[in-house]
Amino acid sequence: MSIELTEVAAHHVRQYADKRKKAFVGLRLAVRPSGCSGLAYILEYAEAIQNGDLTFESNGIKIITDPKSHVHIDGTVLDYVRDGVQEGFRFNNPNVKNACGCGESFNT
Amino acid sequence: MALVQLTEPQEPTAQQRRFAVGIDLGTTNSLVATAAAVDNDRPEVLPTATGARMLPSAVYYQQDGACIVGAAALAKRQQEPHQVITSVKRLMGRSAEDIGSDYHYHYRAEEGMVKIITAAGDKSPVQVSADILSTLRAQALAASGEAEVAGAVITVPAYFDDAQRQATKDAARLAGLPVLRLLNEPTAAAVAYGLDNAADGLYIVYDLGGGTFDVSLLRLSASVFEVLATGGDTALGGDDYDRLIAQNVAQKVLKSLPAATLSDADWLRLTAAARVAKEALTTAATATVVAELEAGVCECEISREEFNAWTQALTVRTIACCRQVLADAEVSATEVNGVVLVGGATRMVSVRAAVADYFAQQLYDHINPDEVVALGAAAQADVLIGNHRGESWLLLDITPLSLGLETMGGLVEKVIYRNTTIPTEKHQEFTTHRDGQTAMRIHVVQGERERVADCRSLATFTLSDIPPLAAGLARIRVGFQVDADGLLSVTATEKTTGVSAGIQVKPSYGLSEEEFANMLQAAYTHAHDDLQARRLQEAVNESEELLQILDKALADADSAHLLSAAERARIAAGLARLREALTQAQLAEINAAKEHLQQVSAEFAGRRMNADIQRAIAGKKIDDIGQ
Repeated sequence: MSIELTEVAAHHVRQYADKRKKAFVGLRLAVRPSGCSGLAYILEYAEAIQNGDLTFESNGIKIITDPKSHVHIDGTVLDYVRDGVQEGFRFNNPNVKNACGCGESFNT
Repeated sequence: MALVQLTEPQEPTAQQRRFAVGIDLGTTNSLVATAAAVDNDRPEVLPTATGARMLPSAVYYQQDGACIVGAAALAKRQQEPHQVITSVKRLMGRSAEDIGSDYHYHYRAEEGMVKIITAAGDKSPVQVSADILSTLRAQALAASGEAEVAGAVITVPAYFDDAQRQATKDAARLAGLPVLRLLNEPTAAAVAYGLDNAADGLYIVYDLGGGTFDVSLLRLSASVFEVLATGGDTALGGDDYDRLIAQNVAQKVLKSLPAATLSDADWLRLTAAARVAKEALTTAATATVVAELEAGVCECEISREEFNAWTQALTVRTIACCRQVLADAEVSATEVNGVVLVGGATRMVSVRAAVADYFAQQLYDHINPDEVVALGAAAQADVLIGNHRGESWLLLDITPLSLGLETMGGLVEKVIYRNTTIPTEKHQEFTTHRDGQTAMRIHVVQGERERVADCRSLATFTLSDIPPLAAGLARIRVGFQVDADGLLSVTATEKTTGVSAGIQVKPSYGLSEEEFANMLQAAYTHAHDDLQARRLQEAVNESEELLQILDKALADADSAHLLSAAERARIAAGLARLREALTQAQLAEINAAKEHLQQVSAEFAGRRMNADIQRAIAGKKIDDIGQ
């Protein structure tokens, strides 16, 4: 059980966090109910570790998630990619069974 | 998947909690509850201005257009019975043909839903429901001190169809309530008991209200509820128990009264007294029916045993419905993990005993059965508005009937099957049937039967501007999307050009629970006939296609030399035999004739293909020479 970051993703997280100039203990990954397929990802700057959180370390970045989200994203490798005109983080999540057409949500 | 951006943390704090409510919009009474206004996270009912927890679903319209909702409206019923609208839920999303004539107010049939005639002009059931919802909204704001309702979950019966759900959503929009989603009533009750966090398994929701009885079988797996089967009786409820007590008491006391019969007003008084006695019997072994009648004072003590004997037949009827639901889902009573009791009438000792006896399972009954649906809706609303991020999951519902579209020869191609969890999205590719076809009519139907004529038509639209291509080459992708509220949108896209057309299904008339049950039943009883009909129609379609191709090939001047006179005669005979078989509509003969024709024409088809290839190659050579 783990969640990982690619080197490119870690580099971008560090850059964003440095620019933000606020407390930064790690990267928070979570899922919330949304969209037409059920779940959507949340990716946030973590300012604190909450009780019960799970933490992982990958490429020098601390990854933080709550246990309920973890069930849906265990094994995920977070990458940073450029896709056409947009760039951002991509969740390579082995738990995803199917995603909805608009790409906003998925289910496991 | 779309790419995700890194965002600022948004931990919801107590101050940031958004005010979301759950609404049980009932036939007789409505309730509003919230989990956001209280500290301990437990949902609570928000009372009316007078402190009542339930708002009677009654609306009275004045001539100046103002309306009164609730107990005050009900009080007007004595003087102006036609102006007080009750049980409007039964009219939601229904046309005049769908509903009975058993209403004390007047209404007018219109295309789609009926219009109710009131002193303030004609009102649609949606407007009346909106007035009830507005009152609930104001009540919720007043009781909580909040400024605005951020979102609402409204419950609907599990058997509500698209039209009825859409009508409910429209009413909420009119009332200025942002609908987070519609939730099935039995699911809401199960959520109130926290069963979404319970062990996976089957749960029965037994809902005996004032005038209706509903029973639903839910399956919980991985925190997702599916409604496996529903049943019930729309004319059976606590009121029927009151009536039976009144009748029996009247029989006992009439001898001692001066009058031989009771007036209508006396019956009402006696029934009200019977209700009080019935409620007393839930805690005491005996109770006294006391009523001051025009015919004299009635005082009659009744025991639980008498009460049980009088009303046993009603309770037995509810158990029969339960048995039917279990049979529909092919489940035995011992497989059920628990039974949730909903509705005030489930307080009756005899009813609880009968349910406990039949299922022999744990009864979930400690939450007020009048409020449990609203409380569950409130808990769900709180999750959906985002006050519990990461703590609880979206509940999923299912499509009650299959959704599909009409294909060649009036057959139904199901795209989304019955009992699919929603929200869902399914795509299927279709093609054109004729050479050069440039438009396609998409006919969306709902039902389990194989033929369009036996299903319910929901909508039609036309996809035009398809590029003219040979039959079978155009690729048309049809997508069915059912959102979290069970509403359907259908789109059709031609893949090479990207032209598309679509429709949101707001059916013009509704399905009654009975029709719904009948449609399902018909699908089971006609399963064999339907399959035969489908096979026949498919054979006819294939045959017609073959005839079309061969006719075209034979007429083609280029292929005249490919056939000897004898071969041509054999194919002509085969064509004639197949045409004859089609007029007889016998599956076996059509298939035999079709196969025969395919055999005798196979050689011809092969030669034509060779000739085509030769021509293509020949063309190349000439080009090469030319260069």
